[in-house]
Amino acid sequence: MSANSMKDAILQVEHLSMKFGGLVAIGDLSFQAKRGEITALIGPNGAGKTTVFNCITGFYKPSEGMITLNGADGSSFLLERLPNHEIPARAKVARTFQNIRLFSGMTLLENLLVAQHNKLMKASGYTILGLFGIGGYRRASAESVELAKHWLEKADLVDRADDPAGDLPYGAQRRLEIARAMCTGPELLCLDEPAAGLNPKESAALNSLLMDIKSSTSILLIEHDMSVVMQISDHVVVLEYGRKISDGSPQSVRTDPRVIAAYLGVDDEEVETVLTEVGDEDVIEQLDIGPDSAHGPGTSSSYLAGPVSDTIGHSEGERVTVSKGASKAAQFDARVSAAPRKPTERATAKPAGKSPTSKPRGGRK
Amino acid sequence: MQYFVQQLINGLTLGSIYGLIAIGYTMVYGIIGMINFAHGDIFMVGAFAALVVFLILGSLFYSVPVVLALLIMMIVAMLLTSLYNWTIEKVAYRPLRGSFRLAPLITAIGMSIALSNFIQVTQGPRNKPIPPMVSKVYDIYGISVSLKQIIIVIVTALLLALFWYLVNRTSLGRAQRACEQDRKMAALLGVDVDRTISITFIMGAALAAVAGTLFLMYYGVIAFSDGFVPGVKAFTAAVLGGIGSLPGAVLGGLLIGFIESMWSAYFSIDYKDVAAFSILAIVLIFLPSGILGRPEVEKV
Amino acid sequence: MAVSVSSERDTVASPVQRAFREALYAGAISLGLFILFIGLKTDQNISNQLILAQRWGLLITVVVLTMLGRFFYIAYGQPFMANQKIADVATGLLPASVASRFFQLPAFIVAVVLAVILVAFSSALPALVGPDLAGYLQFLRALAVIYALACVIFYFRAFIHANFTKLGIAALVLYPILVVVVLSVYAWSIMGGLQGSLKWVDNYGIQILIYVMLAWGLNIVVGLAGLLDLGYVAFYAVGAYAYALLGSHYGLSFWILLPAAGAMAAFWGVLLGFPVLRLRGDYLAIVTLAFGEIIRLVLINWRDVTNGSAGVSGIPKVTFFGLMTFNSSDPNYIGKVLDIAQSSAYYKIFLYYLILALALLTAFVTTRLRRMPVGRAWEALREDEIACRSLGINTTTTKLTAFATGAMFGGFAGAFFAARQGFVSPESFVFLESAIILAIVVLGGMGSLVGIAVAALVMIGGTEALRELDFLKSIFGKDFTPELYRMLLFGMAMVIVMLWKPRGFVGSREPTAFLRERKAVSSSFTKEGHG
Repeated sequence: MSANSMKDAILQVEHLSMKFGGLVAIGDLSFQAKRGEITALIGPNGAGKTTVFNCITGFYKPSEGMITLNGADGSSFLLERLPNHEIPARAKVARTFQNIRLFSGMTLLENLLVAQHNKLMKASGYTILGLFGIGGYRRASAESVELAKHWLEKADLVDRADDPAGDLPYGAQRRLEIARAMCTGPELLCLDEPAAGLNPKESAALNSLLMDIKSSTSILLIEHDMSVVMQISDHVVVLEYGRKISDGSPQSVRTDPRVIAAYLGVDDEEVETVLTEVGDEDVIEQLDIGPDSAHGPGTSSSYLAGPVSDTIGHSEGERVTVSKGASKAAQFDARVSAAPRKPTERATAKPAGKSPTSKPRGGRK
Repeated sequence: MQYFVQQLINGLTLGSIYGLIAIGYTMVYGIIGMINFAHGDIFMVGAFAALVVFLILGSLFYSVPVVLALLIMMIVAMLLTSLYNWTIEKVAYRPLRGSFRLAPLITAIGMSIALSNFIQVTQGPRNKPIPPMVSKVYDIYGISVSLKQIIIVIVTALLLALFWYLVNRTSLGRAQRACEQDRKMAALLGVDVDRTISITFIMGAALAAVAGTLFLMYYGVIAFSDGFVPGVKAFTAAVLGGIGSLPGAVLGGLLIGFIESMWSAYFSIDYKDVAAFSILAIVLIFLPSGILGRPEVEKV
Repeated sequence: MAVSVSSERDTVASPVQRAFREALYAGAISLGLFILFIGLKTDQNISNQLILAQRWGLLITVVVLTMLGRFFYIAYGQPFMANQKIADVATGLLPASVASRFFQLPAFIVAVVLAVILVAFSSALPALVGPDLAGYLQFLRALAVIYALACVIFYFRAFIHANFTKLGIAALVLYPILVVVVLSVYAWSIMGGLQGSLKWVDNYGIQILIYVMLAWGLNIVVGLAGLLDLGYVAFYAVGAYAYALLGSHYGLSFWILLPAAGAMAAFWGVLLGFPVLRLRGDYLAIVTLAFGEIIRLVLINWRDVTNGSAGVSGIPKVTFFGLMTFNSSDPNYIGKVLDIAQSSAYYKIFLYYLILALALLTAFVTTRLRRMPVGRAWEALREDEIACRSLGINTTTTKLTAFATGAMFGGFAGAFFAARQGFVSPESFVFLESAIILAIVVLGGMGSLVGIAVAALVMIGGTEALRELDFLKSIFGKDFTPELYRMLLFGMAMVIVMLWKPRGFVGSREPTAFLRERKAVSSSFTKEGHG
């Protein structure tokens, strides 16, 4: 990694691992997001994208690895060492949630004012001065309303500023959550599936909002909607089973056979034949094991649920032992090395192949 | 050592009663997620029902075998108390199901106030002493074990076994566990949720009634205000064991019983309740979901 | 209270038929519920043994009354309510259609005339019609006055609705003056008026305002921050004992100890809050309950300091800001300084204004804080804690400030309580008090100061008013003590009001800032917190 690229990387994730008990949700993940760019994090369900977000924003403490945020003023923070609430406050990383988390009983304006909490706390002399009307709280308060108004206008929500957030339609709630995150004045904005559940029109509005934000703030984006990803992102990182399988521009990722395999899958029988050729019997045994054990840590509350057994190897060159439906990219790798055929042809010729079936892991709701 | 074992036995007796009440709390909490504050008073109503039955038996017959008398007291108390809890659930909790979380809590507190004052109004505010029913005391290696204590422990053990069977081995228990996991889904799969919840209240009340009967037999006195302290202790026990967990409730009850008897014996009887509550706070600081409770995973 | 057992099946049956069947069910259930407890009574005989007294007549009466009530409710009440949509969503009061039928000019005139006549002849009544009937007439008079007042309020309802806060404060400020004036005219002497005002100012005014203040204090914790606190009375106790002990042992003035009591309570709030605030929901509830009980048990058992259950007595009175005192033996006695006649009413009226000022301070600080970042953070915490953390809000300190602020107001109220009573004992700080305060907060509508004040007025004023029903003795006999039924009715009222309005009297929420217009937020959007 050259010194130059270090400089303009706003976020650097190095050797990040996150384990829940025996389950490896992220294994040795490294990537970086450049300043002023939109970096997209994509991957099939359960690839660990949200877990990466939760590590970056401090909701989870990673098991291993380093997450560095380089501020525009030259400061840098090791995010895994900061307490949860200081990541937005000091390192200036804001985020949205996959399942929208608004303050639904508060008005839109109030939502955006809460986001400016730390700034206003200081201005009000930690409440004490403000309570007696001393100091610049009044001015700061007016400024914060202005900022809120600015973002409401950007998000096209200014007409509904005095309505409760819970009253908004879905697409507007997504935009409000982004506006709220922006009101914290972030340098890096992490968006968890902002386009999920939006109709094409709303999706287009979102795209333009994001392009607008991009001019001032770097964005890290989790998204399933490929039209959004391909249109607006500058850089794409593809995850599968907690490992990075591809990294590059949208075009290069689109044609990467490993990505295609991960998304579209390859035929199981075919994999089996390939693996038999390789002689990897462990994998074949694993393939025969019954249904996919797909309990994340959040869902295994029932005592009926068995132990979490699938482990994902993560070091390079190591044997991959996972249950059926696991890493298609790895299977693809194995197949390529065993029998050099034309991979792209195969994969695209079999679009009906099985897609990964395992449920999201890593504490998703 | 003898002294210690003696306290252990006292604690076991006390803990059995707490455990029986705690199950009612924990079951209701498990199934509808509310703290049934009226449960302590349900226990008190059970004890009063047993008291009235005891007096009826005394006035109708010259002498009744103790076991038979206890059995009749227990059964009538169970029936009557179940009727109370069933009615309360129907009137005060069911209309608020699915509404605001604090609303049923407030109606429960209201019901608790109403129940204890109902008994005060109808039965008078004074303590109600009864002559000792069972007075035999055995001396085993210098440790005195009263027949009362043996009865309490045996009855509790029997009931818990029956109860365990009901919850784990019958379709009713399966329906209860299903409602506990996901009420809506259970309803979609054909479980009669209202009925299951009603039965849960009835079961809780029946166990509380037994606890009330045993309490009356053990202490020989009951008053309208006696529901609160055992109620709070049992609730503490349920939380200590991990609310929602049935073995937890029993474990918590026993623990609270032991803490109380040990603290009274070795430190100060005045501060036994302080000790119980403090230990609850300390345990919860280190195990925020109680001893056997499911850890709550924060979903982001 | 209606739970239709089988409403779907009965769509064909007429309400009366259905009501008949429901009444039979209700009768059977009430018979089961009451047979042992109303039909029989455990009494002690001369040799102190328990015996059973039989009251089958009473049992039958109660069961029949239950059946009748159920019958009329299903047959007439329910259809009527369904027609009227009786619970007006916006105000929670009677809808205009019902109210205008209920409040009519002729009835108003009759009520006023009746009240005036009865007041004019009140002293002559017992001699004229006998004491029993006079009791009824007094009750009738109270009803007439209440009805007339309600008519006036109804007539000016739009105005009152628009200026509720101002009118409310004005009414509260004028209340003791009004009471004294009215009673002076009535008794035809100022001293008589002052003496007569004691009950109205003390039992009603001060008592209700203490609860208003406590509920407003708890509202910060429960209503705004969404943290369920079942041991609020502990902070009340800390404040009360702080003043009682420091005031009586060291002779410190109330005006020094009031802030000290608040600070101490806040300190205890932080002390308790620090370890337990990471607990969530009902675990927090039980630990706060336990904490309340621990404080009470320590007060009972730490006899060297607190004098145990006997309590602390001889707590000094509040002085008039150090200028005058309310002890008639003192050289600075207010009567001597101002050269007016001696009366204990001055102190009560002074205390009334003191608690009014404290309560208004609580309200002022609360409204002020809600518009500050910390108050918004409290509400945001109630709505979604995880989102708060994602916005850089330190949830621990935010919760602690809520706890400490609420506790501080509890401490103030406690110090006032000790000064007013002149005596404190652990009896005053039982869990029931916490429960009542919490009930007022929830019944009022969490977060709404006006709603909470109304709830305190209804619940506390209502139960106090039950003390006035002595004339019922003439119906039910001399042994009948209406006071006994106070808490029974209180508990039932809690249930009924909650069923009627699960979101409390004022369900909507006032936003703390607005861009164009201030619109109340419907309660269906607000959350209640998980902590």
